[in-house]
Amino acid sequence: MEKREYLDLYHQMVVIRRLEERSAELYQQGKIGGFLHLYIGQEAVSTGLISVRRPEDRIITAYRDHGVAINCGLSAREVMAELLGKVTGCSRGKGGSMHLADVKKNFWGGHAIVGAHLPIAAGLALGDVYQNNKAVTVCMFGDGATNIGYFHEALNLSKVWNLPVLWVCENNQYGMGTAVERASAVSEMRQKADGYGMKSEAVNGMNVIEVREVSARLYEEIRNGSGPQFLEVITYRFRGHSMGDPERYRSSEEVKTWLENDPIGIYHRYLLEHQIASEEELQEQIRLAEEEINDAVAFAEASPEPPAEELFQHIYVEG
Amino acid sequence: MARITMREAISQALWEEMERDPSVFILGEEVGVWGGTYAVTKGFYDHFGPERVRDTPIAEAVIIGAAIGAALTGLRPIAELMTINFAFSAMDHIVNQAAKLHYMFGGQMILPLVIRAVGGGGRQLGATHSQTPDAVFAHFPGLKVVAPGTPADAKGLLKAAIRSQDPVLFIEHATLYQTRGEVPEGDYIVPLGKSTIQREGRHVTIVTYSKMLEISTKAADQLAKEGIEVEIVDLRSLRPLDMAPVLESFKKTNRAVIVEEGWKSYGVGAEVASRIYEEAFDYVDAPIKRVAQAEVPLPYNRTLEQMALPQVEDVIKAVKEVL
Ligand SMILES: Cc1ncc(C[n+]2csc(CCOP(=O)(O)OP(=O)(O)O)c2C)c(N)n1
Ligand SMILES: [Mg+2]
Repeated sequence: MEKREYLDLYHQMVVIRRLEERSAELYQQGKIGGFLHLYIGQEAVSTGLISVRRPEDRIITAYRDHGVAINCGLSAREVMAELLGKVTGCSRGKGGSMHLADVKKNFWGGHAIVGAHLPIAAGLALGDVYQNNKAVTVCMFGDGATNIGYFHEALNLSKVWNLPVLWVCENNQYGMGTAVERASAVSEMRQKADGYGMKSEAVNGMNVIEVREVSARLYEEIRNGSGPQFLEVITYRFRGHSMGDPERYRSSEEVKTWLENDPIGIYHRYLLEHQIASEEELQEQIRLAEEEINDAVAFAEASPEPPAEELFQHIYVEG
Repeated sequence: MARITMREAISQALWEEMERDPSVFILGEEVGVWGGTYAVTKGFYDHFGPERVRDTPIAEAVIIGAAIGAALTGLRPIAELMTINFAFSAMDHIVNQAAKLHYMFGGQMILPLVIRAVGGGGRQLGATHSQTPDAVFAHFPGLKVVAPGTPADAKGLLKAAIRSQDPVLFIEHATLYQTRGEVPEGDYIVPLGKSTIQREGRHVTIVTYSKMLEISTKAADQLAKEGIEVEIVDLRSLRPLDMAPVLESFKKTNRAVIVEEGWKSYGVGAEVASRIYEEAFDYVDAPIKRVAQAEVPLPYNRTLEQMALPQVEDVIKAVKEVL
């Protein structure tokens, strides 16, 4: 890996962190409405995972999608503009936080119905197989999503049809306020892949390099015809489920322990210890990220609202 | 009578029924430890315990399916769907199972089941989380569908639903939880399938329910200042649909506006208007008007979303058009 690539991973994680922190502020100010699910604590997952995808590989995820969007190459500007409901947003202000997408960048969206995008991911992969595209579909979802029928239907079909899907479960220990062991019959989400005869493994989601390495190998195997595989990423959501979560379901000690495993902190130390980058260079990345987010907020705030006609556009392709 | 919120009224009905009847229990996502995503079941888990306030996995089909099964054994489950939008993930169990088992097995199977679901738009939750698909569910014989617009009705109808022998879909509007009103204490029952006149007037009849009762009342207040007296009929139950108060009112005013939050096409307004034409054609003095949501999936952007939802001004305009 080149030094530039190492720094780029760092940069992306910090951009996501700052984007999320600013979004929380803008939510408090009433500039963002609806639901806002922050990715703070999980930055290393999508950053590592998506850093090794090829442009032809498709990414699809749930509603906790801001970080995924950034990693897929959407600009902070168009993400922030979407959060503010502006017409310059990636979904023209009609989707909001939960519905970011840019199909030109092969980012097939944030999806707000738990588990509903898994069958769609199977279909994306089917489309590639049918058309002889050598692409991998990466489908990300939460631990909670493994309990809904959609998950099981999609995994089964993907195996039966040998579809090139990398199923990525972000196990952040909770689905809203429900701890994994209160909702799932098995404590490791990857065990569910066993039921479909699917190869699976787990990785530490707080370490971006580990996520990246495992992902790179899995993409190659799937690209070469292994069929679908399952990756469970162990991580933690540092903030509430959405805004205004009373967080009665977890102790502050538990949260504190995980905060000590901050993926950005871990990677920061890694880069210094391995003398890949100096403290000054990392500070420079933080400064650049800060600038990028300031610019994105300014852009989003100055952007126009969607015009009234927009309400009736895009109901059908053909009007 | 105490002046309490819709949230408190619903909570009170649940609490009292659980105290009264040990076969009543609650299951759903985040109903227990969290206390309900809309805080309706706050304190229930500590009081009634995990056996009767059951947090479920995110799995709507099995929430409704298991509730049906438990109801068949004689229990009275109250299954909570975090929002009505997730009812689509349990659609088969709601419309193909709950609505049919009693009939299809010749009356042998009895399912005293309540499905509570939060519906409605206006909170910038985007297209999949903002729907008012009440009419969809009201389409199916075998299912009872109620949607209260006042705290008192919420309490009374929910108690009636819990005591009913039939499956009842109880639709709460997310933006009504803070609405206050007088609510009778203790055992207060509002029968299912009974519409009611919420406001008397002689010039025009507004037929509405749920959140749109609030919008229609505001419109009526403004129209009153111009000397226009609006009579408001609150349907409260969409199935069975009680047309008697509607027809009675219409025969007096000869003009009607139907206000619903859902889409106009194939909606509640379409049903009510047809029934008025069928049953009171001789009394029609002006074409019946419908006020409903613009025929689009609701957008996130606040201004666009509000444009799409029925507003007080839309109701006023429609009333003036039929006069
Ligand atoms: C079908 C459906 N049911 C319920 C919800 C409400 N809901 C939104 S997110 C969520 C928790 C999901 O947990 P998980 O899959 O672990 O993802 P995380 O939020 O932890 O990223 C729930 C219950 C929904 N959006 N869709
Ligand atoms: Mg989770």
